[in-house]
Amino acid sequence: MNYKMMIRIHAWLLILEVAFMIPALVISLYTGDGAAISGFAWTMVIALGTSALMFLLTRHAEHKFYAREGMVTTGMAWITLSLVGCLPFFISGRIPNFIDAFFEIVSGFTTTGASICPDVEALGKGILYWRSFSHWVGGMGILVFYLAIAPADGKNDGSTLHILRAESPGPSVNKMVPRMRDTASILYKLYIVLTVLDIIFLLIGKMPVFDAFCIAYGTAGTGGFSVLNSGCATYTPFAQNVTTVFMLLFGVNFSLYYLMILKHVSQALHDEELKLYLTIVFTSIVLIAINVFGRTADTSGLEPTIRHSAFQVASIITTTGYSTVDFDQWPNFSKAILICLMFVGACAGSTGGGIKVSRVLLLWRNLRRNMHSIFHPNEVRVVKMNGSRVDEQTLKNVSGYLAAYVFIVIITFLLVSADPGNFDLTTNFSAVMATFNNIGPGLSKVGPTCNFSIYDNFSTFVLSIAMLLGRLEIFPILAIMSPSTYKRG
Amino acid sequence: MNIIIAGDGKVGSMLTKALSGEGHDLTLIDSNPAALESTIERYDVMSVQGNCASMEVLRNAGVQSADLLITATGKDEVNLLTCLTAHGMNPNLHTIARIRTPDYVETAYAMRRQFALSLTVNPERQTAREIDRLLRYPGFLKRDKFANGMIEIVELRVDDNSPLRDQPLYQMSSVTKCQVLVCAVVRDGRTTIPSGDFILREGDRIFVTASANNLTVLLNSIGLITTKVRSVIIAGGGRIAFYLTTLLLREGIAVKIIEQDRERCEELAEKLDGATIVQGDISKQSVLESEHIEDADAIIALTGLDELNVILSIYANHMKVPQVITKLGRGENMELLEKLPIGSVVSPKELCFNTIIRYVRAMKDTSGAAVTVHSIADGQAEAIEFIVDQDTKHCGEKLRDIRLKKNVLLASITHGRQIEFPNGESMFHPGDRIVVVSGEKFPIQQLNDIFQN
Repeated sequence: MNYKMMIRIHAWLLILEVAFMIPALVISLYTGDGAAISGFAWTMVIALGTSALMFLLTRHAEHKFYAREGMVTTGMAWITLSLVGCLPFFISGRIPNFIDAFFEIVSGFTTTGASICPDVEALGKGILYWRSFSHWVGGMGILVFYLAIAPADGKNDGSTLHILRAESPGPSVNKMVPRMRDTASILYKLYIVLTVLDIIFLLIGKMPVFDAFCIAYGTAGTGGFSVLNSGCATYTPFAQNVTTVFMLLFGVNFSLYYLMILKHVSQALHDEELKLYLTIVFTSIVLIAINVFGRTADTSGLEPTIRHSAFQVASIITTTGYSTVDFDQWPNFSKAILICLMFVGACAGSTGGGIKVSRVLLLWRNLRRNMHSIFHPNEVRVVKMNGSRVDEQTLKNVSGYLAAYVFIVIITFLLVSADPGNFDLTTNFSAVMATFNNIGPGLSKVGPTCNFSIYDNFSTFVLSIAMLLGRLEIFPILAIMSPSTYKRG
Repeated sequence: MNIIIAGDGKVGSMLTKALSGEGHDLTLIDSNPAALESTIERYDVMSVQGNCASMEVLRNAGVQSADLLITATGKDEVNLLTCLTAHGMNPNLHTIARIRTPDYVETAYAMRRQFALSLTVNPERQTAREIDRLLRYPGFLKRDKFANGMIEIVELRVDDNSPLRDQPLYQMSSVTKCQVLVCAVVRDGRTTIPSGDFILREGDRIFVTASANNLTVLLNSIGLITTKVRSVIIAGGGRIAFYLTTLLLREGIAVKIIEQDRERCEELAEKLDGATIVQGDISKQSVLESEHIEDADAIIALTGLDELNVILSIYANHMKVPQVITKLGRGENMELLEKLPIGSVVSPKELCFNTIIRYVRAMKDTSGAAVTVHSIADGQAEAIEFIVDQDTKHCGEKLRDIRLKKNVLLASITHGRQIEFPNGESMFHPGDRIVVVSGEKFPIQQLNDIFQN
C-alpha cells in the first residue's frame, strides 16, 4: 500500500481540521471561556505539529492510489479526525472521560447527534459551536472538501475516485463532471448555498443568531446536536417548519440539485428515488398525525399535530435526530413507524444515513424478480431504475451491503446488551439503530429527552464504532480492521 | 476544452492519458462497463456507458457543451454515424473519426462535409506509409518528418562497429560528413536530451536531426550500407499489409504475403494483382523455411499478435535478413523490447495518437501552436515543430543569451529553404520554422513554453 501518500492526505486533513476549529476558538475568546480556549489552542498545536511531522516524513510520496488505499485512507482519516476533534472536549475538561469525548465527536462527524452530555448548555458556546460545526463538516465529508481544494499536482489520475466512493453514501457513486476537483467543489457549493438559505430562514423565524447557525449546521449535515437542553421545542413554529423543510432538502441526492441547475428540472423531479422518498415521508406523516392526534398534550390541536409529526418524520428519515416533542411518549404504532424510517434513511448522495432509499428500492425490485423467477424460471427479467438497467454487480453489492448491515446490527446489539446497566430491549435496540443509522435519539432510556451517558465505556466505544460504520457505509471501517488489507502483494 | 472520446480501446486510453494530463475535461463513452471502470480509476475523467451513436448517450456525455469529439470505436460505421449525429446536435463541435476499412477511405474523404468530419485518421494506412518510408532507408529505425519534409528526425542504433561509438557529440558532424544534431539518446530505457560533451556508447539509440537531402550521406558515413529493397515478405495479411502492398507494388518491389486465413488470402489475391499470396501459419518453422524468408531483403511482421511479431522478427534477424520491421499493437513495456533484435518498431496506435494530439493542440490556440508533433524515444520525448511569429519571445537574439527550460533542445531552424542546426550564434525570426525536442513530462503547448521565465 502507498502509505506515504495516505499519510500525506492525513497531514492535509489535520490542517483543514485546525482551520475548521478557528471559528470555535474565536467564539471561545469572545465569550472569555478560558477552559475552552486552552482546549482549542492545545488541540491546534498538537494537530499542526503532527501534520508538520507527517509532511516531513512523506516528501517524496508517489501518487499511485488504488481502491484499497482509498478505503483505508477514508476509514483511517475519520478515526484520526475524531481523535483530534475530541481533544477540545477532553482538554477543556467539559467532557472529562476520553471515551465519552470520542463518542461525542464521532457522533458529531458522523452526523449522528447522539450525546453523552446531560446538560449541553453547560458546555459553553465555543464547544457547542465546534460540536455543531462537526456535523456540517462530516455531512458532506472532509475528504470531499479536501478533494475540492487539493493541490493539483496529481490531477492526472482517477485514484481520488476511490476516496469519493468511500466517503459518499450510496450504491453507485460517480462524478457529475469530468474533473474530481470540479465535482467536489460543485457538491460543496450546493451545500454552502443551502446552508446559508437555511440560516436566513431560521433568522427570519426569530431564532437567536448563535442557535440559527448551529441548528443549520445540524440540519445541513443531518446531524442533530441541539444547543438547548430542550432540543428544538422552544423555537417558533415557523423556525420548526423551516427546519422540517431543510432537513428533507438535505436528505435528497445532491446530484439532483445539480441537474436542476443545468435546467434538467423534469429529469430531476422524475427521479424514482426522490419519488419514493417523498412518498414514504408523506405517508408516514399522515399515519403518525392520525395516530397521535389528541393523544398527548403537544398534539391536541390539528396544526401542532401535523407540525410535530412532519418534524419528527423528517428528522428521523433524514437521520437528523432533532426533536420538538418527546416522541417516546407517542403511541406504539407511531414509534414503530419511526423505527422503520430509521432503517430506510435518506437518499443516496445526500448527507443522511441509514440503508438509503435507493438501496431499499433496488432490494425490493430484486426481491420481486427473484420471487417471480421461482414461478417462471425461464423468464428473463432485469432490474431497472430511472429507466435504465441496473447491472448485476450493483445488485450484488446492494445485497452484500444489506447482509453486512444486518450482521453489524446483530453484533452491536449483543455487545451493547451486555452492558452492566442491564437496560431493556427497546433501549438497547433503539440505541444501536440510532447510532448505526446516524440518527441520534432512540427510544425509552435513550429517547429524545435522555442521553447516552447511561452506558459504560465499553458500550460507548462500541456505539462510536457503529456510528463510523454507519457513516462510511461499513466497508472502509471493515477494511482497516481486516488483516488482509495490510498483506503485501 | 471539453472533449468526448468514444471508444475506450488502445488509442482511446492513450489519448485519455495525454489529453487529461494537458488539462482538458474528458468524457469517455464505451459500451463495455469494465473498460470504463478501469479507465476512470486511473484518470480523472468521466464516463458514460452505452452506444455512442445514440443521441441519448451523446446527450448524457454533454455533447452540447463539448468542443471536440474523437471517435475511435472498433467499427467505422459507428464512428461515422456518431460524428454525424453529434455534429447535428452541436454544430460548433469539431469531430475526428478513425476510419480504417479500405472500403471507406474514399467515403471519408469525399463525404467529409456530409459526415461533418473535421479530421479522419487511418492508423493502418499511416503505418503502411511509415513502413514504406523506412524501407527506403534501411538502417534507420524510425523516421519523422518536419518542415514540409525538409527535415527529418531519424533513429539509429549505435552498434559495436559504428564509427559513432565512444564519440562525444561535438565530434558528430566530422564523423557524419554532414550537418546533424543528436536531439535525444535512449540508454537502458532512459531518455536523455544530451549536451555537446555527451559520449555515445554501444547500444544507445540516438535520434538525429538531419536535412532530408543528407540522409544517404549520413547512412554511408556511419557505415550502414544502403541496399535498395527489391523483395519483401509480409507476415499477416491485415489492413496494414493491404495498404503497404499497394504502395510497394507501385514502386516495383516484389511482395509476398503470408496469411493464415484462406478466405482473407483469396480476398487479398483478388484485390492485389502482382503480389504473391501464400496461405500458411507463420508461427510454424516449416512455413518459414519453405518460404525462404532468409532470401528476402526485408521482413515485416504485421500479424495481430505482438508476441508472434516479436518472435518472428528475432528469427528473421537471426537469419540475417537485412531489414526487419515489427508492428506492435499494444506498445506497452517498450523498454523490455528495446534490447531485443527486432529491428524497427512501428505502432499504429502511436501514429494515430500523434495526429490527433496535433489537431487538439492546434485547436486550442491558433497563435504559436504546434504544427507537427511526433512522440519519439518510446514516448519519453516529443519533437514539436512551431512557426515563429510576432508574439514569440527572444526573436533575433543569439541562442547563447536565451535560457531554455531544462531538458528542452532546439533541434533545427529553417529560414525558407535554408536549414540551420543551431549553435550559440544562431537566432530565429518571425516566419522561421523551428523544431523543439522536449524530454519533460509537461507538455509544450506553445513555443513560448520552452523559455525559462
